[in-house]
Amino acid sequence: MDVVSQLQKQFVDYSTSLYREGFLDDQFVQLQKLQDESNPDFVVEVVSLFFEDSEKLINNLASALQQQIVDYKQVDAHVHQFKGSSSSIGAQRVKNACVAFRAHCDGRNLEGCMRCLQQVKFEYSLVKSKLETLFKLEQQILAAGGSIPVLA
Amino acid sequence: MASSSSSSSSSKGLDEEERPHVLAVDDSLVDRKLIERLLTNCACKVTTAENGQRALEFLGLGDGQHTVDNSDLKVNLIITDYCMPGMTGYELLKKVKESSNLREIPVVIVSSENVPTRINKCLEEGAQEFMLKPLKQSDVKKLRYYMMRLGQPCNGMLCMGR
Repeated sequence: MDVVSQLQKQFVDYSTSLYREGFLDDQFVQLQKLQDESNPDFVVEVVSLFFEDSEKLINNLASALQQQIVDYKQVDAHVHQFKGSSSSIGAQRVKNACVAFRAHCDGRNLEGCMRCLQQVKFEYSLVKSKLETLFKLEQQILAAGGSIPVLA
Repeated sequence: MASSSSSSSSSKGLDEEERPHVLAVDDSLVDRKLIERLLTNCACKVTTAENGQRALEFLGLGDGQHTVDNSDLKVNLIITDYCMPGMTGYELLKKVKESSNLREIPVVIVSSENVPTRINKCLEEGAQEFMLKPLKQSDVKKLRYYMMRLGQPCNGMLCMGR
């Protein structure tokens, strides 16, 4: 198998595993459909915005939970935002972690919230590194002169 | 700050004048980028606003502004997120529908949450449609129907999209 075919196979296998393991859902497929010759970096651009946004939200959440008197409405607002943006890019496990988090905000349960924040951070760092790997694979395919396979 | 997209490469043969103009309001930068792409793919001109206040300012309804005749702005559709800090999408909807100049503009509310009382409230206040996020291309294609240029159909063109 030549280099391009090898890389393409790696890409397909890796993408498939991300969907199978629930890191990404159909919304990510929708994002990829929005990328074309006139917008060749669309997915990377949106995902980069998501990374920036997420980092801010995580910091805001950590600081909101460290207040003497925790404002659960504020915490919930941040989680809601995080849930929204992760859902918009198809980061399913992050989204699900946010859903669980909101339940603890409703219950005004500080310990539960702290645990959920850890969970959200964990899922976020996982999907971030997986997406970065995926993008790197795409770059390698393009550099080798190949085209990025489209998953059915 | 309201910002307009200038993606002429996606105009799909329609000139500036003929493309319907959509005002998209959302506090999430990720979602603004997404909706802009979805709309541009349907041959729309897009202006985005990050909150209700900015949207109102763009429409000429900001504090201290004189109301502007919509024929100058030519906004054919407003699409707004429901949950926004400050002014909600519902409150924005109300303000638009209360304005004699702007009430004709169809307003679509989007939300990540499927709450029947919320949906009914928006529809009762005059929202054209309530859609769930995240939006897909097929959702936005449906909206083309509402984008009649103040009573004039867009040359009978439908968005063929993808």
